[in-house]
Amino acid sequence: MTQISLTVDGTQVTDDVEPRMLLVQYLREKLGKTGTVIGCDTSNCGACTVHLDGRSVKSCNVLAVQADGHEVTTIEGLATDGQLHPVQEAFRECHGLQCGFCTPGMIMQSVDLLNENPHPTEQEVRLGLEGNLCRCTGYHNIVKSVLYAAEHAGQDEKAGAR
Amino acid sequence: MTATAERPAAEVGKDRRRKEDQRLVTGRTRWTDNLTLPGMVHLAMVRSPFAHAKISSIDASAAKSAPNVVGVFTGADFGDELGVCINAWPITPEQVTPNHSPMPADRVAFAGEIVAVVVARTAAEARDAAELVDVEYDELPAALDLKEAANDTVLSHPDSGTNKSALWVFDSGEAGTGGDVEQAITKARADGIVIEREYRQQRLIPAFMEPRSVVVDPTGEQLTMWSATQIPHILRFALAATTGVPESKIRVIAPDVGGGFGGKLQATPEEWIAWAVARRIQKPVKYTETRSESLQSAHHGRDQWQKLTLAATKDGTVTGFKVDLLADLGAYVAIVGGGVPVLGAFMFNAIYKFPSYRFSCQTVLTNKAWTDAYRGAGRPEATYAVERIMDELAAEVGADPLEIREKNWIPHEEFPFTTVAGLTYDSGNYEAATAKAKAMFDYDALRAEQKKRRDAGDPVQLGIGISTFTEMCGLAPSRVLGTLDYGAGGWEHASVRMLATGKVEVVTGTSAHGQGHETAFSQIVADRLGVPFEDVEILHGDTQVSHKGLDTYGSRSLTVGGEALVRAADKVIEKAKPIAAHLLEANVDDVEFSAGTFSVKGTDQGKTIQEIALSTFAAHDYPEGIEPNIDAESTYDPVNFSFPHGTHLCAMEVDTETGQTTMRKYVACDDIGTIINPLIVSGQVHGGLVQGIAQALWEEAVYDDSGTLVSGSFVDYLLPTAADTISFDIDHTTSPSTTNSLGTKGVGEAGTIASTPAVVNAIVDAVRHRGVTDILMPCTPERVWKAINSSGPGGSTEAAAMPHFDTEEPGTSSTEGAGA
Ligand code: FES
Ligand code: FES
Repeated sequence: MTQISLTVDGTQVTDDVEPRMLLVQYLREKLGKTGTVIGCDTSNCGACTVHLDGRSVKSCNVLAVQADGHEVTTIEGLATDGQLHPVQEAFRECHGLQCGFCTPGMIMQSVDLLNENPHPTEQEVRLGLEGNLCRCTGYHNIVKSVLYAAEHAGQDEKAGAR
Repeated sequence: MTATAERPAAEVGKDRRRKEDQRLVTGRTRWTDNLTLPGMVHLAMVRSPFAHAKISSIDASAAKSAPNVVGVFTGADFGDELGVCINAWPITPEQVTPNHSPMPADRVAFAGEIVAVVVARTAAEARDAAELVDVEYDELPAALDLKEAANDTVLSHPDSGTNKSALWVFDSGEAGTGGDVEQAITKARADGIVIEREYRQQRLIPAFMEPRSVVVDPTGEQLTMWSATQIPHILRFALAATTGVPESKIRVIAPDVGGGFGGKLQATPEEWIAWAVARRIQKPVKYTETRSESLQSAHHGRDQWQKLTLAATKDGTVTGFKVDLLADLGAYVAIVGGGVPVLGAFMFNAIYKFPSYRFSCQTVLTNKAWTDAYRGAGRPEATYAVERIMDELAAEVGADPLEIREKNWIPHEEFPFTTVAGLTYDSGNYEAATAKAKAMFDYDALRAEQKKRRDAGDPVQLGIGISTFTEMCGLAPSRVLGTLDYGAGGWEHASVRMLATGKVEVVTGTSAHGQGHETAFSQIVADRLGVPFEDVEILHGDTQVSHKGLDTYGSRSLTVGGEALVRAADKVIEKAKPIAAHLLEANVDDVEFSAGTFSVKGTDQGKTIQEIALSTFAAHDYPEGIEPNIDAESTYDPVNFSFPHGTHLCAMEVDTETGQTTMRKYVACDDIGTIINPLIVSGQVHGGLVQGIAQALWEEAVYDDSGTLVSGSFVDYLLPTAADTISFDIDHTTSPSTTNSLGTKGVGEAGTIASTPAVVNAIVDAVRHRGVTDILMPCTPERVWKAINSSGPGGSTEAAAMPHFDTEEPGTSSTEGAGA
């Protein structure tokens, strides 16, 4: 067991974990952050995507111990004061989700994408989401959601803020 | 119909944002794997690496002494207590149906079958210990290739004596719904056109994003199962029927479910094993599969060979269509099993007026994962076959493929139309959908560009693919299911409860897993009762809340479940009317209901339905002779299927030097009757399209020749990504269904059913001038390149079009790799 201390969605947490425990297992099993989900065992689906110090990572591809001393944001920490993040709002507005299983990962990846490139083209959005699988939407409305978020955040340049 | 008919439709047709989404976009979710109960233990499965083997011994001693292991169980430890996995649709009385134990004690019939279960305090400990279970197998020869298996050279289940499970035949001559197809073929051979083709429906994997998961809690008076399933009600019935627990002691809950596509329409070994373990150890248990386990052992879909013979006159008027299918059931006859290809039997004639038709389907058992429903279930296969072969007919006649279709389709003025397969299509307008799709696509301009590129010898050729599909959905009229020997009915149940505070609770027997029922159903009820959309709560997916239902599949939820809602809501109004009349001191015949208010004709007196609900709750003042209750329920049994249709046009660019294909444009104009929520419909269409496109271009479950699934992870099973796909142009024409009050038709599967042939037709169209008449799916660049380069002008392509049905033809093996 190794002791780790990190910040998850703004809260300081400390735990003893097995060295082999994945970050996604830590989030789900130890912290009850079940908003982040597991869709595969080969790092292909992106359902588990969270932010580690503000950049997206697949949390099934990071050991919990690697997050020691860092800051993790999950889908559950994205909205502030009951206000949806603009990307969450855009997914709702554009019907960018159906079953919603891929959605936490899609949204976290989209936020990162917009942080890097606030005004992407459709093709840039498609390439930026290549590591996230969705079986329901055919991607059409997901891409639309990300473009919508980019467009509507134009005023305050904060589509991907946080 | 009640007086509500003339009430303005405020909600139906509105692009309401979904109620479900606030929770889902913020991670407040209830996936089965999220559940943790006090004292809960975790399961890990030990699975056979062999496709077919005798289990000679299982030594679990090392696993039992591993850290925090609670127990290890095998099939022998449970015996009959385990129950069985059921087949609900024996398609013939003689069907060969091998016994399907959730955990066989003696013999495994596919790689991935469970032979032991390890119970431990954590999932990780259970998985670690599963590695320590020592199983000795005695390997048996495995029946893998579908065509070979049909010859019974190797038996998948030696005791059965044959791999052939059932032969199901429909003949229009015998049924009296049309002529004799053999006569039509003989005549066409003499003086018309006969087109013979053999198409392959490769094996696919539903690949819902949420892996299956099950939790069983035996600590209450009712045993409770949470499962990532499409069918909580059917599971409850099947658990009672096969494990001896009274139905009244069983509660099944489908909480948030992350997609299904038919893949979660199953009674699974994993659920049955979790049930047995929980009952044995009297502790809550959880099992969540890994993605590899899901791909390997959750049921697969499609997997057919289709031999087709189309007879036509010289001008391209079809005179007969004969279909011979071989369908791979995998190792066991699954819950719907052979019923899946049979659902296609009624759809090979599609939108056309074929005068004669014969369909036969031989289902075959092999030592591969079982197959069952996958989005479209039977209809994609039928649509692919007919829409591909109509293109071949057009090529033979030398006409535009749209003209050939128009020559043969049912003109709109002939509806309702009884088809050669015996179904009555209630409504449709193929002319209108096609005209609109052509305009959206700019069909003539793309045809002109195609010609230009062809004339110029451009290395990148353009192809245009057409699919004028229809399908039957809204499963299903119970009596029809009865005549087909299906084990259940096709009705749906709903109840509407008026709460004292004016809120409305609606209980539906359908079980959504991404479809947006909460939103669409709220719209329907809000309109019907004249209450705010926000005040309607849709409850589903828990057999203790929704005690009656037949769940969600086959694009049935709106056309069947929605009609039940409408009828229940109308009954609420009828029950409220005498109470309203009493309170308004009026004669009940003078009371009208409109936009949520009961009023007395010719006065300005009125009471809202919420006011009636409150006074009914108080029950201080209501008429003699009735109960103080305006809640109502309805069980609706549909009178017919619904028949959505549409015209899909696809433009594909094919690089003839590399075989690379690129989708340039995709247009879908669907007629799905009345649309409740256009936003939700668009999502269903887009998602459906991509699943069908993926069959055409990328996906295939591939086994090696020892029966191991090679495409056993998302590295090898190619689900499309955002980068592989394009944005679509979709629109609608509307011929309301005449068999339900709202005029709706199903939309959940339409995109998948339509798109596969549109894509393949486009690719073949791009390279037809190079002598290509077919390319096996998925149309990988390698296959496309080979098709172009290995055929002389007019020659057949690799492993594909085989006009003489030579079964010995190399490259026809169904276990062949995707890149072969
Ligand atoms: S769970 Fe699939 S990428 Fe992490
Ligand atoms: S919304 Fe279901 S997987 Fe994306």
